[in-house]
Amino acid sequence: MSAPAHEEPASFAFDAESEAKIATIIRRYPEGKQASAVIPLLYVAQKQMGRLTGSAWVPRVAMDVIAERLSMPPIRVYEVATFYFMFNMKPIGRFHLQVCGTTPCMLRGSDEVMRACKDAGGVAGPGETSEDGLFTMTEVECLGACVNAPILQVDDDYYEDLDYESTVKLIEALKRGERPAPGSAIGRRSSEAAGGATALKGAEQD
Amino acid sequence: MALSDKDRIFQNLYGFQPWNLSAARKRGCWDGTGAILAKGRDAIIEEMKNSGLRGRGGAGFPTGMKWSFMPKQSDGRPSYLVVNADESEPGTCKDRDIIRHDPQTLIEGCLIAGFAMGAIAGYIYIRGEYYNESVVLEAAIQEAYDAGLLGKNACGSGYDFDLYVHRGAGAYICGEETALIESLEGKKGMPRLKPPFPAAVGLYGCPTTVNNVETIAVVPEIMRRGAEWFSSFGRPKNSGTKIFCIQGHVNNPCNVEAEMSIPMRELIERYAGGVRGGWDNLLCVIPGGSSTPLLPKHICDDVLMDFDALREHRSGLGTAGVIVMDKSTDVIKAIARLSAFYKHESCGQCTPCREGMGWVKRMMDRMVTGNAEIEEIDVLENVTRRIEGHTICALADGGVWPVQGLIRHYRPLMEERIQAYKARHQRLAAE
Repeated sequence: MSAPAHEEPASFAFDAESEAKIATIIRRYPEGKQASAVIPLLYVAQKQMGRLTGSAWVPRVAMDVIAERLSMPPIRVYEVATFYFMFNMKPIGRFHLQVCGTTPCMLRGSDEVMRACKDAGGVAGPGETSEDGLFTMTEVECLGACVNAPILQVDDDYYEDLDYESTVKLIEALKRGERPAPGSAIGRRSSEAAGGATALKGAEQD
Repeated sequence: MALSDKDRIFQNLYGFQPWNLSAARKRGCWDGTGAILAKGRDAIIEEMKNSGLRGRGGAGFPTGMKWSFMPKQSDGRPSYLVVNADESEPGTCKDRDIIRHDPQTLIEGCLIAGFAMGAIAGYIYIRGEYYNESVVLEAAIQEAYDAGLLGKNACGSGYDFDLYVHRGAGAYICGEETALIESLEGKKGMPRLKPPFPAAVGLYGCPTTVNNVETIAVVPEIMRRGAEWFSSFGRPKNSGTKIFCIQGHVNNPCNVEAEMSIPMRELIERYAGGVRGGWDNLLCVIPGGSSTPLLPKHICDDVLMDFDALREHRSGLGTAGVIVMDKSTDVIKAIARLSAFYKHESCGQCTPCREGMGWVKRMMDRMVTGNAEIEEIDVLENVTRRIEGHTICALADGGVWPVQGLIRHYRPLMEERIQAYKARHQRLAAE
């Protein structure tokens, strides 16, 4: 790995909450196959960073700790961490705005969602963080919620059926420290037809 | 005649009822599972073969046959069931609803499938972005354990079966079964050469079968109602019910479980409120997720939604993600965005894909603006043929098929755009 442009912490240790989680994770895999736990442990590290520092990312020292824990060469952990898109290799903002820009979302107006993230979040563009450190925006590939497009994933939560106005409203709420309930912005229940379910509403007559 | 609600396998697709075990049992889950297992491995596999179920993850391989490839006698190695919940094909969001709203259909299916293939355990590999869904799934599995449905002597069958959830971390390639196995072993998700196939050498070097979520989740209901019931829907070799994800320029996008071989037009109009602006405003449809070539309106008018009918039109049912585009769409741009997707998701292992997906994307970007020569359309088509079939896995195939479909059906539009670009720039040069 080349020298990072950001500041790396000098040390990393899992806290009690993370250790409890790790204990349940390791048990899932057969004896001697603990390398399977590398992705789950990277998540635990990233979550802990978010919890303790307000920025969910994976510093290099954390990868070294994971390598030691799983008896893997550090390079194997680095290559996994950099291969998968969901691990942040540098610090990010308090909220991670992940805008889906793939065709199904594009057809339903994801450009507007991105514009709203820029305007309301103060983010210059994809990959950038706002000056107040609150928001990092990433253009992500298909999030797999296409019938509720366009989608904005904030950290772990999907916000669906968005447009410019509802995205601005969501971001303003996040700024106020609120956490609106995830799901559809137009009030429909999950993936039922917008405007009312067209199946499972009782036996259909024909 | 439309599919009636009583014939829908996923009674809680929209989450109108709770996902928990007691609600699932009221919907019929885990009814007589012990008796199903008591029929024995061979009888279960035979029933699955007779049902005509073809894999719901995109490739459409007959499920019963796939299971039959698993060793009948262990050579000392354990066998594994792996469930592909990596759902990442653009346009696909069906497994998400099964997992978050009807998880017991999947869990019960895992037990029956695991039993039929002699697996000691199952791993459900769920895409990392589905965090909230994975939380529900883990809780649902815990409920099944607590009720004695999983674990030692599962369902009182004398058979031990463990089931685990494993989260991916944002890589489309991990939906390819051997890349998924690599990832599950803690490596980069790079596909393996086949053979050996996973049924011989899979997870941890052991016999493994990888099945899609929907494939596994329909198994219990097929076993309860019988192969004949399931195969009564759809045309021969295309049987069953199927969750369709209808999206894009329709009035009411939705997921819906419908019968196979339903006419595309009926599917869109009955369940999704029709095309925005009416059927005549339709431009084209991507019928089965991003990898399947688009179909212009005149084909959509009467095409049936099944494996064979869509194949006849050089497309496919894929994952049944139906992406509808009306006449306001810049179809070249819509396909170019898919090219960007495949470039982003190439794992980089095979040269034709690693280099080719980027090349195709850059070429498509020029086709969007028209900054190209007309002959370059042929060059693009030719290069896609050199990429297709020359890589370890099908990602690159899926990456070039949409472009081939665009050229096949919209070549005049691409030429028009190039000519318009030229005219514009000649005018500017003259001024």
